[in-house]
Order: sequence, then structure tokens, then C-alpha cells
Amino acid sequence: MKKTDNISLVFSFLAGLLLLFLLAPLIGLFLSTTPYSLFETAQEPEVQKSIWLTISSSMAATLIFSIGAIPLAYLLARKKFIFKRILLGIINIPVIIPHSAAGIALLGIISRDTLLGKIAESLGFSFVNNPAGIMVAMAFVSLPYLINAAIDGFISVPERLEKVALTLGASKSRVFFTISLPLAWRSILTGLIMMWGRGLSEFGAVIIIAYHPMITPVMIFERFSSYGLQYATPVTVLFISICLAIFVAMKVISKKTNHAETGEN
Amino acid sequence: MLKLEKINKKAGNFSLVDIDFTVGKGDYFTLIGESGAGKSMLLEIIMGIIAPDSGNILLNKKSILNTPTQKRKLGIVYQKPTLFPHMSVFENIAYPLKIKKFSKEEIKIKVMQLSEDTEITHLLKRNIGSLSGGEMQRVTIARTLATNPEILLLDEPLSFLDVQLKRGILALLRKLNQQGQTIIHVTHDYEEALSLTNKIAIIEHGSIIQTGTPQEVFQHPKSAFIAHFIGIGNFFKGHILASEHQSDLKFFKTSDVKFFTNTREEEKSEGYIMIPGEAIFISDEKLHSSAINNFRGTIKDIYQTRNGLEIVVDIGVELTAKISNFSFEKLQLRVGKLVWISFKASSIHFIKN
Repeated sequence: MKKTDNISLVFSFLAGLLLLFLLAPLIGLFLSTTPYSLFETAQEPEVQKSIWLTISSSMAATLIFSIGAIPLAYLLARKKFIFKRILLGIINIPVIIPHSAAGIALLGIISRDTLLGKIAESLGFSFVNNPAGIMVAMAFVSLPYLINAAIDGFISVPERLEKVALTLGASKSRVFFTISLPLAWRSILTGLIMMWGRGLSEFGAVIIIAYHPMITPVMIFERFSSYGLQYATPVTVLFISICLAIFVAMKVISKKTNHAETGEN
Repeated sequence: MLKLEKINKKAGNFSLVDIDFTVGKGDYFTLIGESGAGKSMLLEIIMGIIAPDSGNILLNKKSILNTPTQKRKLGIVYQKPTLFPHMSVFENIAYPLKIKKFSKEEIKIKVMQLSEDTEITHLLKRNIGSLSGGEMQRVTIARTLATNPEILLLDEPLSFLDVQLKRGILALLRKLNQQGQTIIHVTHDYEEALSLTNKIAIIEHGSIIQTGTPQEVFQHPKSAFIAHFIGIGNFFKGHILASEHQSDLKFFKTSDVKFFTNTREEEKSEGYIMIPGEAIFISDEKLHSSAINNFRGTIKDIYQTRNGLEIVVDIGVELTAKISNFSFEKLQLRVGKLVWISFKASSIHFIKN
């Protein structure tokens, strides 16, 4: 009994150190910012625009790319095919490569000289220095979070339920939309929130593709490199606060949705 | 009518080989076999979930081999619960009806009717997670019946239920069959099968080794699996009669022979009895013992087996006793010899049909 207590004590101490490591910089940030400077920064149209651009671009990237990511996750969860393991590895590449390198790689296929770039230009826009480019960069680095969560979600749906739905007369697409998707929804929703959250924080890939219009991480970098820490801190605190508030709100909503769906109280 | 013609399917090391059988309209057809015999695979082939390598499946004389699962007019109830956990009981039963584009009002009426038939009206608003195993299977049956299947396929639907719940579902299945529902029931439990069925097929290692009425199959089992349970040959069809002598015992009458049994089933109940060969004593004289069933008969056959001998004695019906080589020598048994056989009323196992 005494042994277990000692272990718990050591573990608690180590865990406490780690939590301090995670929280200390954030707490330091908040303590070093006065409410007045925060209020002032929030009044700046440039800051407001940037925060809105960041949140909306990440949201749009998440929603648009989920149209392909969710079916891909379903195929990877259900089908057996050659090179499946390789494909699973490819999906996780954005997690392990430097994001500035990801930006360079993306630029190679969406800059004005490329086929995609030319198609975009013929449609009247360019990926470079454009919200469309920001979305592409955000999606590239954050897609693995959605795909992996959705794969886990679909794997957790018993295949026999899908088979039974077929025997009850449902077409395969109906089975997907009425059985597989709702039952995997909890994981998919978590994946969507994670993808959106990861998109919000993206800096390396975005700065290569679109320095302007300026998303907040780029703005923080710019203010820090041009004017120093003091000038960069209020916008940082403001952005973190807004992101945290939205993140918590979405988690609460998703939890409520899941409870309603599963009938838990 | 469903007809399987020479169905073959290889899956890894396992194969279904030349599966042939016919299920008539209104039949309660039971496929009995041990785990891994290929029963579930065969059901999924019939449903169209798995494609056979060769052979044909005919429903009402038309091949359904290329008909997709959704259009085969067959319904399946699996061993494990398959209710959709994100829907209520009502929504589960309504699921196939919505697919068929019934109006809301029609769906309501149909769900009510099905829930009355399966005695689950009180559960309609409940969540799936709050149901017991027996309730889940009733809801599953109701949902499958909502597709109005020509044949209801049951893949060991009772194996996860306790005895009490089992009885309830058995009664429901019997009622459905009596109302004309054709049923194919797959099980490893011969008792479950006997209490319901009018036609049996035995499947072993991917092949059907025997098909027939319960009497044909159980009286002359070609399968060690069946023989193991019943004791070769000691399987009789008949009915329960009142006994004049013993108030706590009843008679089971088959052909012209009456056995004492301690079954609690009511008089006139139709069914089968099984007497394990090990429970039957052979002696030269009538025994004065607690065994109340005593008959004099002639030895018809003697078979040597791995564990001793099987002695077939004719007492009006043929009973097989299992004895050791030592007893065989001691009693100097031979074909044609008159002997007494005895067994206890409690060694008779009655299964109501």
C-alpha cells in the first residue's frame, strides 16, 4: 500500500512539473498584459480582420476538405487493398515534415506558373496571397487530424450493423448516411474540431503561400520581429483567448450533441 | 420455396461443399451444426452478403444469385444484437419502412402492429441501451418482420439469452411460424431446434450430412455430434399421458410402448424423448431398484465401439444400451437372448414440440 502511495506521489510531482511547463508560458503571457492594452488591441480593425480571417479560413478549410476526407477515412477503415499501409503513411506526412517545407511544396503546385494556378487565374483568383491559398495551407497541415479521427470512428462502427441495414433494404449510400456516419460522428466531430484548431495555429505553411492577407499567427510574428515582444503580446493573448473560448464552446456543444444522439443523460 | 443447389464457397482453410437443400413455404427449417461448421456463412450466402464460388439459389423457382441483398425479400436476425444504437426502438422498427417510403401514418400503424405481435409495445420509446437481451432480440425480430420477408433467417438468435428469455422468444418464433412465416434457424443447440422445427439439416465441416424430419435425423443420426447428445437410436416421438399409478409421474407413449417419465409437461403434450444409452441397465432378472421403467426384450444387435459395446434390445421399440466389455462378458450377452432392461423415469429427457 505504502509503495503505491510513493509511486502516486512521484507521478503527481512529475505530472505537476509537466503541467507547469505547459501552463507557465500562457499564464506569463496573460499576466504581462494589461486589460487596457488588450482592449486597445481589440479595437484595431487590422487585428479584428486578421482574427476573423484566421478563424473563418480554418473553418472553411475544415468544412471543404472534410467532403473528401470523410469518404477517404471510410474507405481506409472498411476496405482492404494493396498499398493501404503506404497510403496511411502518406496521410500522416504533413505531421512530420517542417511546415515551412510543406508551404514550399504546396507553392510548387499552386503558384501562378502551375496548372492549378493557371486554372485559378482563369477563374479570376490566385492562391498566392489569397484566402484560398491560406485555406489550402491550413488544410494540408491539419487534414491528418480529421482523417485519423474519422478512421477510428468508422472502425468502431460494427460492420454487422451495416450488413443488417443492407438486409433491411437500405442502399449502400443510405447505409453510409444513416448508420455509419451517425455512429462514427462523435469521432468525426472531434476530428473536425482538431483540424480546425490545428488550422488556426498554422504559421509556417501559410507564411510561404500568403503573407497577406495576414492571418493572426503571421501578424504576431510580424509585430514581434518589427516592434518587439511587448507589441506582439496583446494580440497573442487576444487570439489565444478567442480560440480557447470557441474551442471550449464547440467541445461543450459536441458533448451535448453526442448525449442527445446516444440518449445518455 | 427456397432451394439451394450445389453451393460451394472456399474461405481460407474452410470450404462449404455442395450444399443442397430445399425449404418449403411455411417450413420451420433448422440447420444444426457445431461452431465453425459453416452455418453462419451459409446464411450470409443465402442473404447475398457473401457470394458463393459456384451453385445456385432459387427463391420461388427464380434464381436470386445476382439479386442484391436489399432485394432478396429475406430477413436475418443475428446472434449478437444488431439494433442501431443511435435510434429508439420505434425508429429501429420504422427503419425498413422509411426505406420503402411508407407515409408517417402508415409507419406508425405498422410499427404498432409489429410491436403488438412481438409484445414490445411498452418499449417503443425506449433507447436501445436500456433494453435487456431478450427485449433486444424481440425488437430485432420486429424490425426484420417489418421488411415483410418471405423467409426469416435466424443465426443462433437465442445463444446470448438466459433460459427464461429463451422460452419467451421460442414461443414467439413458434407463433410466427404457425401464422405462416417460413423460418430457417441456424443453431448448435439441438433442443432449441427440436422444440420448433419440422425439418432438420445437419451440417458438419462445411457439408450437409443429413436432412429430414426430426424423427428421421435423430433416430438414425449420421453425425457423431447428434449421436453424442441423444445416445444412438434412443429417440422417440410421442405424447404425454397421465399415469394411473404414480401421481408425480406421467407416461410417455410411443408406438405401443409406454415409459414412465417425471416431466412436468401437461398431458397430451406432443414431443420427443431421448434416453441416454449409459442410463439403461441390462440384466438377466428383473431388477428391484429405483428404476421404474422395466421391460423384457430380445437382443437384436450388438456393436463394438471404442468405449465398450452398444446392445440393441427390442421391447416393442428398439432401445440401445451402452455397456462395458466386462459386463458383456459377465452377462454372456448374444443376439437373440432375452434380457431385462431398466432405467429411471428421470433419465428420460422430454422436449416439447
